[in-house]
Amino acid sequence: MTLLPAFVLPTRLVHLSPVDVVIVVFYFALVLAIGWYLKGRANTGEDFFMAGREMTAWVAGLSFLSANLGALELMGWAGSAYQYGILATHWYWIGAIPAMLFLALVMMPFYYISKTHSVPGYLRLRFGEPSRVLSAVSFAFMTVLMSGVNMFAMAKVMQIVLGWDINFSIWVSSLTVAIYVTLGGLRSAIFNEVLQFFLIWAGALLIPILGLYEAGGWSNLKLQIAERASDQYVHLWSGLGSFSHNPMGIHWTGIVFGLGAVISMGYWTTDFLVVQRILAAKDIRSAEMAPIIGAGFKMLVPIIVILPGLLGLAVLPEKLVPESIAAVTGAHSYNDVLPLMLARYCGPGLLGLGVTALIAGFMSGMAGNVSAFTTVWTYDIYRPLIYAKGSDHHYVNMGRWTTVIGVLISVGTAYLVMQFASIMDYVQALFSFFIAPLFGTVVLGMLWKRATGPGGFWGLLCGTLSSVGMWAWVKVDPLALRYVALSPDAKGLAQDMYQALWSFIVCVAVTVTVSLATEPAPDGQLTGLVYGMTEIPLVGDVPLYEKPLFWAAVVTVVFFILNIIFW
Amino acid sequence: MVSIWFFIGISLAVNGALILAAGIYQLVDPPLNPGVVLYNLHANVWWGAALLLFGLIYCFKFAPRRGA
Repeated sequence: MTLLPAFVLPTRLVHLSPVDVVIVVFYFALVLAIGWYLKGRANTGEDFFMAGREMTAWVAGLSFLSANLGALELMGWAGSAYQYGILATHWYWIGAIPAMLFLALVMMPFYYISKTHSVPGYLRLRFGEPSRVLSAVSFAFMTVLMSGVNMFAMAKVMQIVLGWDINFSIWVSSLTVAIYVTLGGLRSAIFNEVLQFFLIWAGALLIPILGLYEAGGWSNLKLQIAERASDQYVHLWSGLGSFSHNPMGIHWTGIVFGLGAVISMGYWTTDFLVVQRILAAKDIRSAEMAPIIGAGFKMLVPIIVILPGLLGLAVLPEKLVPESIAAVTGAHSYNDVLPLMLARYCGPGLLGLGVTALIAGFMSGMAGNVSAFTTVWTYDIYRPLIYAKGSDHHYVNMGRWTTVIGVLISVGTAYLVMQFASIMDYVQALFSFFIAPLFGTVVLGMLWKRATGPGGFWGLLCGTLSSVGMWAWVKVDPLALRYVALSPDAKGLAQDMYQALWSFIVCVAVTVTVSLATEPAPDGQLTGLVYGMTEIPLVGDVPLYEKPLFWAAVVTVVFFILNIIFW
Repeated sequence: MVSIWFFIGISLAVNGALILAAGIYQLVDPPLNPGVVLYNLHANVWWGAALLLFGLIYCFKFAPRRGA
């Protein structure tokens, strides 16, 4: 008989050996040690909130990618790959790469030259205080709520996979994040995100290697998937000519225009959670190279996320089911595919590393949320609206307290979700309301000098409200999906794509209309903020292989080749 | 300031050493029921060794130097 600690439940997916536990404990010790080591380097506002703006391109780039590579992302998209096949890869390729390159080459120079602390900060410079406040309040509110939702979801995963008590997971992970971010600020969060990046690859790469060995290579894997599911599970584009010819129920226009042109552009270029990492770069070349480095590695992430899901289709003896059926029957759900593959191949030690990768993914995602919330609260809400005359030291202290309070609000949200599960759906939907219109506002602000303050504000507000309206319409009348997503065969994901596309169009149309009807800003106010009014600094006299444009071209070529190979 | 790459080296080296040790222990004293597929490949031995090697290279290359 095995004696279990009080926080471990007897039913669980995997069993950790002593060496696995040592690896997990070592991870917690190391992140706290890093936070402790960096506490002396977070005394000024620039240090605490912007990591001293001294990150190299590699550190900023890996941290930029890592802030998005959370545990739920890994497990969720592995589950989506099992459910929808290789179509899930679109969220890593067309749903990320063009946006990252656009951020690097077009938008980053304006963010960087303006020396803003945040995306809402840029909106203040470009469109004035109302746009900043609208964007900052919505971002701050949603960030801590999302952090809490993710915290609960991760605690639930730890309960299912490891048998850990939910309260234990929530408090241990959140207190650890609170300690190391409070001590070292953004620099500590970034350092731990880079560490997490390596741990994720070290912990997860073995699954596709051993899985492909077991399946007999890629060609055999495709044959097995075609037998057990459908031939369409291994094609990226060939089934997207019709809503009903692919497992996702989506049309190529939704993927290209909704996902590629709006949702991913909105997320990767205006979500401050990821953009903050790039703003910490040490110079303009590093700031441009960082998203390109991130894009290069992003193209590889399907190896450790999508491939395990596809391998699960071929090699797992049992058939996984949707979450709703799993809850009733006790069978494993799609989202369990990654832990199941981990348990299938990873013995003592390797299992601990895999579990550490999941925990690290969750904690760095939470640290990202908390550090972004802290910056936006302090610089974009507290300083302009509550107390404008504080010293730098005062705002650093406010940042430290806000970190603790942000974590506590997240914990509170996690417990709220535990009581009322439907809140999770609402919060995740709410977050998507702001992304697409915000991209419309920021990109018009950067590229069109005629856009005015009132135009920016009303465009952002109307775009957001239109997104909320469409979501509520489908919620009240599910048949409305045929109008929002253009087809009666459309499914939930298609709704997200088209909802984003329409809200972006509403935002742009309102911004343009109101701008043309209002007084343009004097040219002097637009210097450093708008294309055509700004002298873009050169990256310097560097060899070709150090130029951002060269590496962006390389990433673009690889991106097209990959899409053609898996067409 | 100690480089982030040094911390990563420590992490990979320690994890690699632990995984390698667990793998060698299983080689010396094979379990009756390994519980994993492809146990015969002894992934924890070569993967642990690779992580240890990679981690040691990073530790050595980015170790804080006296007077630096």
